[in-house]
Amino acid sequence: MLKRLLKCVREFKTPTILTLVFIVGEVIIETFIPYTTANLVNQIKAGVELSQLFKTGLLIFGMACLSLCCGGISGFTSAKAGAGFARNVRHDVFYKVQSYSFENIDKFSSSSLVTRMTTDIGNVQMAFMMLIRIAVRSPLMLVFSIIMAFRMGGLMAMSFVVIIPVLACGLFLISRKAMPAFRSVFRKYDRLNETIEENIRGMRVVKGFSREEYEKEKFGTAAEDICTDFTRAERIVALNSPLMQLCLYSNMVFVLLMGSKLIITGQSGIDVGQLSAMLTYGMQILMSLMTLSMIYVMLTISSESIKRVGEVLDEVPALTSPENAITEVKDGSIQFTDVNFKYSEKAKKFALWDIDLTIPSGATVGIIGGTGSSKSTLVQLIPRLYDVTEGSVKVGGVDVREYDLDTLRGAVAMVLQKNQLFSGTIKENLRWGNPDATDEELVEACKLAQADEFVTSFPDGYDTMIEQGGTNVSGGQKQRLCIARALVKKPKILILDDSTSAVDTRTDALIRAGFKTYIPETTKIIIAQRIASVMEADMILVMENGRIAQMGTHDELMQSSEIYREVYEQQTNGGEDDE
Amino acid sequence: MNKGPMKGGPTPGGKGPMPGGKGPMPGGRKIDFGMLKRVLKMLFEFYPVLVPVAIVCILISAAASALPPIFMQKVIAAIETWQKSGDWVGASKEIVPKVLTLGGMYCFSIVAVVLHTQLMAIITQGFLSKMRCRMFDGMQNLPIKYFDTNKHGDIMSHYTNDIDTLRQLISQSIPSVLQSCAIIACVMGIMLYFSVWMTLVLLLGVVAMILVSGRIGGGSAKYFIRQQKAMGRTEGYVQEMMNGQKVVKVFCHEEQSKADFDKINDALYEDSFRAHAYANMLGPIIANIGNVLYALVALVGGVFLLTGAKNLSISGMAFSISIVIPFLNMTKQFTGNVNGLSQQINSIVMGLAGAGRILGLMDEQPETDDGYVTLVNAKVAEDGTITETTERTGTWAWKHPHSDGTLTYTLLSGDVRLNQVDFGYVEDKQVLYDVSVYAEPGQKVAFVGATGAGKTTITNLINRFYDIADGKIRYDGININKIKKDDLRRSLGIVLQETNLFTGTVMENIRYGRLDATNEECIEAAKLAGADDFITRLPGGYDTELTGNGANLSQGQRQLIAIARAAVADPPVMILDEATSSIDTRTEAIVQRGMDKLMEGRTVFVIAHRLSTVMNSDVIMVLDKGRIIERGSHEELIAMKGTYYQLYTGAFELE
Repeated sequence: MLKRLLKCVREFKTPTILTLVFIVGEVIIETFIPYTTANLVNQIKAGVELSQLFKTGLLIFGMACLSLCCGGISGFTSAKAGAGFARNVRHDVFYKVQSYSFENIDKFSSSSLVTRMTTDIGNVQMAFMMLIRIAVRSPLMLVFSIIMAFRMGGLMAMSFVVIIPVLACGLFLISRKAMPAFRSVFRKYDRLNETIEENIRGMRVVKGFSREEYEKEKFGTAAEDICTDFTRAERIVALNSPLMQLCLYSNMVFVLLMGSKLIITGQSGIDVGQLSAMLTYGMQILMSLMTLSMIYVMLTISSESIKRVGEVLDEVPALTSPENAITEVKDGSIQFTDVNFKYSEKAKKFALWDIDLTIPSGATVGIIGGTGSSKSTLVQLIPRLYDVTEGSVKVGGVDVREYDLDTLRGAVAMVLQKNQLFSGTIKENLRWGNPDATDEELVEACKLAQADEFVTSFPDGYDTMIEQGGTNVSGGQKQRLCIARALVKKPKILILDDSTSAVDTRTDALIRAGFKTYIPETTKIIIAQRIASVMEADMILVMENGRIAQMGTHDELMQSSEIYREVYEQQTNGGEDDE
Repeated sequence: MNKGPMKGGPTPGGKGPMPGGKGPMPGGRKIDFGMLKRVLKMLFEFYPVLVPVAIVCILISAAASALPPIFMQKVIAAIETWQKSGDWVGASKEIVPKVLTLGGMYCFSIVAVVLHTQLMAIITQGFLSKMRCRMFDGMQNLPIKYFDTNKHGDIMSHYTNDIDTLRQLISQSIPSVLQSCAIIACVMGIMLYFSVWMTLVLLLGVVAMILVSGRIGGGSAKYFIRQQKAMGRTEGYVQEMMNGQKVVKVFCHEEQSKADFDKINDALYEDSFRAHAYANMLGPIIANIGNVLYALVALVGGVFLLTGAKNLSISGMAFSISIVIPFLNMTKQFTGNVNGLSQQINSIVMGLAGAGRILGLMDEQPETDDGYVTLVNAKVAEDGTITETTERTGTWAWKHPHSDGTLTYTLLSGDVRLNQVDFGYVEDKQVLYDVSVYAEPGQKVAFVGATGAGKTTITNLINRFYDIADGKIRYDGININKIKKDDLRRSLGIVLQETNLFTGTVMENIRYGRLDATNEECIEAAKLAGADDFITRLPGGYDTELTGNGANLSQGQRQLIAIARAAVADPPVMILDEATSSIDTRTEAIVQRGMDKLMEGRTVFVIAHRLSTVMNSDVIMVLDKGRIIERGSHEELIAMKGTYYQLYTGAFELE
């Protein structure tokens, strides 16, 4: 998974490598500074010439400047590498999602994709930056400081032999114990926040049923529970600090004792300069260990995000265009042969079964049926939004799986039930159907969809901005714009999946009449709740539980189908006489 | 994003040479001391014992970590005396006790550290939990208006982001500032004790450090804000595209959306890069200014020593190497803490801002309720007198205490009358004009009209989610302002178009309507609502877990459960606001039959844009721009050949 993500570094390899190089440089210089300072101190103590003193002082100053440059540059390059890496990951993930089929989208759900693209990638970026800066810096600092400490301090460094393993083990144990505790409490915490969100969203229900006290009680218990868990986890982590202190102080005591003995007995040429430097090294070593343990913890936390982002990248698009794909759709005829379909292999029940259907080019087909009768499922097979499980779907006499996907979907315009306009002008939205459409073509499509009238009534006409989610047009207007957008494609097959539910019956009738007059060669498939919307179709399908229960014209169905007649009567009762 | 508690760094108040240099520094942002005082006061209130103990422990450990220089000076002075003789045995008599005293103090300090870190863990989590509960409890009592006028995401962020910054403030910033200040004060004292001149040199350096970090930090803050905005744009785009991904697919719009995304993504990269570049460079720069300062102090010390300059100090000590060396260590400690302090400023400002928003939510005016008429279970004796009982009798009565001390009982029958009601959500924008509705017990009253005509508003007034501006609403002859809100709402069952289910099983969701309903009663209600059929076909039947507002159900199925939930509450008056809009007409007819049975003899308000839903109502009100323009039964309205007729024949669009 990690490897997969690291591929996203690409053009930011240079800054990544430069970061590493400069950090190494910075660390080396920084470990030499205490060493040189020790010399300076010894020189002061020995009372050397002033010029000699200045020379050493200048050397330290030079080293500090050099280290500053290295540090500054590595900071700069690491920012570039980190931000660049994140950009590439976002780019890859977004591109990947664009290649997804409906099946893949259903699998992840759009809200989870949003989180993966925002929060999770943010975490991954942080982890990467940390990895190339601190995760390199700390171990290096640790190693160099230890080397310097032993080279310079001799016996004084012996304390590290005990302290480093103790601290390392301690930190490791603490992290290992704390991690699962945190993980489980985070899950609980997320759930708690979900319930808060539910409560806010459902406030009308809460108040409507006077459930305020009940909700408070429920929340209080959950919050209490989480507080206990959080405290337990935090208290484990809180041990880090005293442990660190203990090691630091032990080192201090040991170095002072051992150092003064070594200096006074005059062995191994150690003087107070080294004593002072040893304390600095001690600090550097222990801090590096501490940072390392933090990195360990943070990386494990972000590993969850890494996994979630990796999943998106690893997902194989369920549908792709075949090789040597056919790039022309002959006509708008549709043929279902022995089609069985289920959404996932694991599903026990077929969502559609036993579908045999032939629709000639240019025909108008109406589909009605109750909730969950798989009306939408049926039509989604036509533009190959899903692949059939068994059997075949043919468009223009050719199996849909043999077409280039863009060709097929260019020829089949589908207005989805859960439709959406995008932020941008009305024109921009309409041009989704065909980027090269002229303004006249747009107006023409709008006229056909009965949208031109209200669009021109807006002060900005076709340049009116649609807000995100299309909230500034009414439901009926939105549906008509969506139909117009599909018409701009000049499709061979037009599918309306309950797309006029919010449009009044008269306009609905006008739209259908327009279809008949202006696009007679286009095959039209209309899913509707209202019988009136499908009544005049050449063929009406009555769907029930994933099967075509009845098929025929309005008159035939009135005779043969009890369901159809029942629905018809419900929708028209009382109105007939006045018509 | 709530992975807060792990961000807790190592020891607060960096004593070491590890200047973090992460995060933006505030450019000219001020600490809100009023808010700080309020937060501290609450802390003391919640934990009157633990907080002071923790503070004392923090101060002890801070003082202990400032100690070494004194002992070091003494040890080095001893070394100087004994070095020439090389007599360790003699020297150890002087040195060992000193070091052991230091060790003893350290032990004491470690105990203090253990105590304060443990205490802070308990205090922080307890405090946050209490804040969360207070916020949530307060929120339950807020009027619906609050939820209608604030974005849900914004309210939510009080519980996530703001609590997170508060956590940072309590667990990290405040203790570490306390500690840093204490250490700085101690070290400062010790420095002055040793040498005033050297202290001045060091202070000069620290001023330089603060200036530089302020400058760079300001640049960083600027770009962090820009990065935040760019991030917002990216998230907005991603959200829109992910939600519309199926439309993208249907229109083969992938390439175009990729190109648009690249533009936004590149802009984010630019800002993110700049913001992090500043922040990342700050760390090494500060660290190395520390190094330069270190060298400078050593040099100045050396110069003083060599030239034999006169020392000025509290202790009156002369310059010696035993002063210079501890001074070097103090340089590190001092700069480290100043640096740490300056880094905390940002999170303090942010934490206080978060605290302000949290307290703002708590300070919101709760929904007032002056009602005193309550709803009670009642028994009607044969002679017609009404008595109150505790068991559920299926009969309710309004218990109405009067100012003269008498008590009357009015049988709840569901007679709802609106008299010349005017209303507006905001002062100068009236929504309803002179609306009068009379719903007699057992009647079905329907409202039809375009979006924004005021249909839902009327129901909002009946259950007092909002209060009317003018006119009167009477319920069984009682002014609804006199009825306790809880009891009023208990007597009204509401099913909304936007169904909200809660995490839990299907059974639990239905039981939400009446908490003491038995399983059988819930199933009975589900059957009435026509929901039993699909529920039993769910993998877990009634025990199927619903999550994410019933994401695994269709909109129609969610509505059926919501209807069952209202049915189990068995209220005398029911309000159905587009309750069946997502249910196909055939199922709707089934639901309708069940509902009719349930609502026999009870009052129902129906809002629907599908005329087949309202056709069989006793009275249909046609609303237009806040006024009732037509009223009557279906037949009467058709005969009138007015707006309803036009709607019915399809000449008008309803939305």
